[in-house]
Amino acid sequence: MGLEISDRLAKKFRRNLIERGIEFLLLLAAMSAVFTTVAIVSILLYESYTFFEHVSLLDFLTDTQWTPLFADAHYGIMPLVSGTVTTAAIALAFAIPVGTIGAIYLSEFASHRVRETVKPILELLEGVPTIVFGYFALLLVTPLLQKFIPGLPTFNMLGPGIVIGIMVIPYIASVSEDAMRAVPMSMREGSYAMGATRFQTAIRVVTPAAISGIIAAYILAISRAVGETMVVAIAAGQQPNLTFNPMDSAATITAYIVQVAMGDLPHGSIGYQSIFAAGLVLMLMTLFFNLLGHFTRKKFREAY
Amino acid sequence: MVTVTTPLKAESRDLNFIYNGGIHALKGINMPLYEKKITALIGPSGCGKSTFLRCFNRMHDLYPGNKYQGQIVMHPDNTNVLDAGVDPIEVRMRISMVFQKPNPFPKSIYENVAYGLRVRGERNKRIIDDKVEEALKGAAIWDEVKDRLHDLAFNLSGGQQQRLCIARALATDPEIMLFDEPTSALDPIATANIEELMTELRDKLTILVVTHNMQQAARISDYTAYMYLGEMVEYGDTDRIFTNPTRKETEDYITGKFG
Repeated sequence: MGLEISDRLAKKFRRNLIERGIEFLLLLAAMSAVFTTVAIVSILLYESYTFFEHVSLLDFLTDTQWTPLFADAHYGIMPLVSGTVTTAAIALAFAIPVGTIGAIYLSEFASHRVRETVKPILELLEGVPTIVFGYFALLLVTPLLQKFIPGLPTFNMLGPGIVIGIMVIPYIASVSEDAMRAVPMSMREGSYAMGATRFQTAIRVVTPAAISGIIAAYILAISRAVGETMVVAIAAGQQPNLTFNPMDSAATITAYIVQVAMGDLPHGSIGYQSIFAAGLVLMLMTLFFNLLGHFTRKKFREAY
Repeated sequence: MVTVTTPLKAESRDLNFIYNGGIHALKGINMPLYEKKITALIGPSGCGKSTFLRCFNRMHDLYPGNKYQGQIVMHPDNTNVLDAGVDPIEVRMRISMVFQKPNPFPKSIYENVAYGLRVRGERNKRIIDDKVEEALKGAAIWDEVKDRLHDLAFNLSGGQQQRLCIARALATDPEIMLFDEPTSALDPIATANIEELMTELRDKLTILVVTHNMQQAARISDYTAYMYLGEMVEYGDTDRIFTNPTRKETEDYITGKFG
């Protein structure tokens, strides 16, 4: 008997050890994302700190020129922000309506067969390398636009903006469609039973019921559009311009970062540090949109 | 007792229903629906009572491949609601429905009740206000919600949500109201409220109710139909069905020997 008990104790000890080991591994996996984020933020902050020792924050925010690599260097982030905001805004102005309507169609109107064909194709579009989209903008969309808008320069924000829009449509459509399909059938039946049409049901009942998921899709799309690099680097001209005019060429924060990172700037130079300051601004922008999305979703969260 | 003078509101004539996939769920159902009376459908799970109920407002049209045969005729205009030429939306404008689980929309209490009016194109705020109040009073929930009409409907309790769904169905002045096990998700007090409400609604409209609860059928209905395996085994005056059923199967079911 005594032997048996000690046997069991030994087993219990081993079991606990294994349990703890597994728990630790799981924790490690979960923490890896947190560590990475912390590391990125600290490097950004650290390098930007050096940058801001040379450039005052006021100049950074108010100067209207961004020419860190010129003899007459200016460090105003606003031209890059305006380029980023304009291309992202064009993209979203295009992608949000198209993506949302696409989601409504797929979820509420399309037959089973159409949905099962279209959705994988949409999701395939998510996997196309962005450099392909960049040349798509430069060599196809902009020349096409030039036929309708005479005087549109080869490098402009409109073409890349639209192409980024095309890129994020699958995100919006696919995530919103998932959210709409998660709305219980009983809610749709309730609407139909009241004599509503399919369209009324889709717009007045299903969409509001899925709104928190739809907003999540929009936030994902905004972050993608703001952070998109290759399309604008290739097709928007890489010239920091403080303008919101889609016809102008411009550079975005990300386009500037690749431009500088691909050159041969000495490590520790002010030009090199500037990419971290720009990166920090980009991160703050996406953080802002993510937080905005988080709180809007909370506000609209529906329990059903 | 059934009086010959009670007018018919609707009747099913030799109704067959076949689900997509070939399941023959209803077999030759003939049943009258008397005006301003409550008719209860009872029977074990899977007997086809909900399927039958959902034929009345063509809910089966929402899913592809379902087939109706036979007729459900509404009186006095003799419209066969199952006729392919009859618009299911028009049918649902005349026949409303309350579901098993309360299914309010993700809207305010007010907008839930106004929904049917809005989809019918009503825009006049005064008319909508009046109708919403009337419907909420009719569903015996006005006093509980009158100070928070613009709160989200999900904040109500289960029983209140179900009364809200009844108000929503009432707001459009339907001729017939279908109840699909309206109290199966509710506690006994909420159930008693809904039952009382249904007996009051009898003054205004014709009710067809599916219930799993035989006591409920006995308490509230005027006529009862017992269904089994897609067939209507027995139909009659509720008092008679429960005291003196003519069919052995009915007796076995209501006495609890079966089902």
